[in-house]
Amino acid sequence: MSFNVDEFYEMLKNGDVVVSYKGTITTEMINNTLESIESLMEGGEEGGKIRKKVYNVLVEGLQNLYHHADELPEDLKGKLEPKFGILVIARQNNGYKITTGNFINSSKIKFLKDKIDKINSLSEEELKDMYKFILNHQKLSAKGGGGLGLVDIARKTGNKLDYSFQNYNNDFYFYNLIITVT
Amino acid sequence: MEPLLIEGTPKTPSIRFEADQGLIEIKGRSIPENSIEFYKPLVDWLDKYGEGPSTLTKVNIQLEYFNTSSSKCILDVFKKLETIHKAKHEVIINWYYEEDDEDMLEAGEDYESIIRVPFKMIEIVD
Repeated sequence: MSFNVDEFYEMLKNGDVVVSYKGTITTEMINNTLESIESLMEGGEEGGKIRKKVYNVLVEGLQNLYHHADELPEDLKGKLEPKFGILVIARQNNGYKITTGNFINSSKIKFLKDKIDKINSLSEEELKDMYKFILNHQKLSAKGGGGLGLVDIARKTGNKLDYSFQNYNNDFYFYNLIITVT
Repeated sequence: MEPLLIEGTPKTPSIRFEADQGLIEIKGRSIPENSIEFYKPLVDWLDKYGEGPSTLTKVNIQLEYFNTSSSKCILDVFKKLETIHKAKHEVIINWYYEEDDEDMLEAGEDYESIIRVPFKMIEIVD
């Protein structure tokens, strides 16, 4: 059975979902999502600390989508919106689970997987050093990303990054990143 | 030199750069998708300011949120200030963070360890 993004999205929406989105990732979508999660959490019971972390991590997660969700498998062009991505935010235990997803060219998987595995292998102190090194030594790419987003997410949450690559066809996978904020 | 004054938006900070007072202020949120566009005029202004800076340049950074794309641009701003400081002009960076916001304090400490300019960490207590 080949990967079906609608089914996958529906599956992700199990649980105590507070925000979910499937479609084009635009600046407006980002603004609206940030606004709604902020007002939503304002009335919530969680403290300011977790609110800030969720907001920060969401900014990075959405901007990663914005900058990288730019490729679609040939047979999905026209069926799915351009810059297609998904986002699901759910309450979980005493925190939040933020899931993002986008199609990715197979050629990029190794780089991304190695990067996440590397981040997950580091201690708090090592992550701090990695962040500072990238901050100080790498130029911003034309896309605006600086390779810091995932490091920052790992640092702020203090949790390991969870991910999966769902095979779509020979050239494309669906990249799914799961961020836990506690 | 003309001051640089920019009003804040939900995604970009308010800016108050005043050469005659030696005052550099960045306040609010800095989470634009493309931060270079926003920060370029700031860095250019500081370049010019560096040609004849005030004897004391007081820098107030009071950010509620900033994204990683902004973090590099903020470093560029600090590097300009470092150049001014190296040229024997006094510069002090006041890094404000909200009570209990350890992440923001830590972000300030990251910059402090990279940039050779005196930093002062100031906790905002409600």
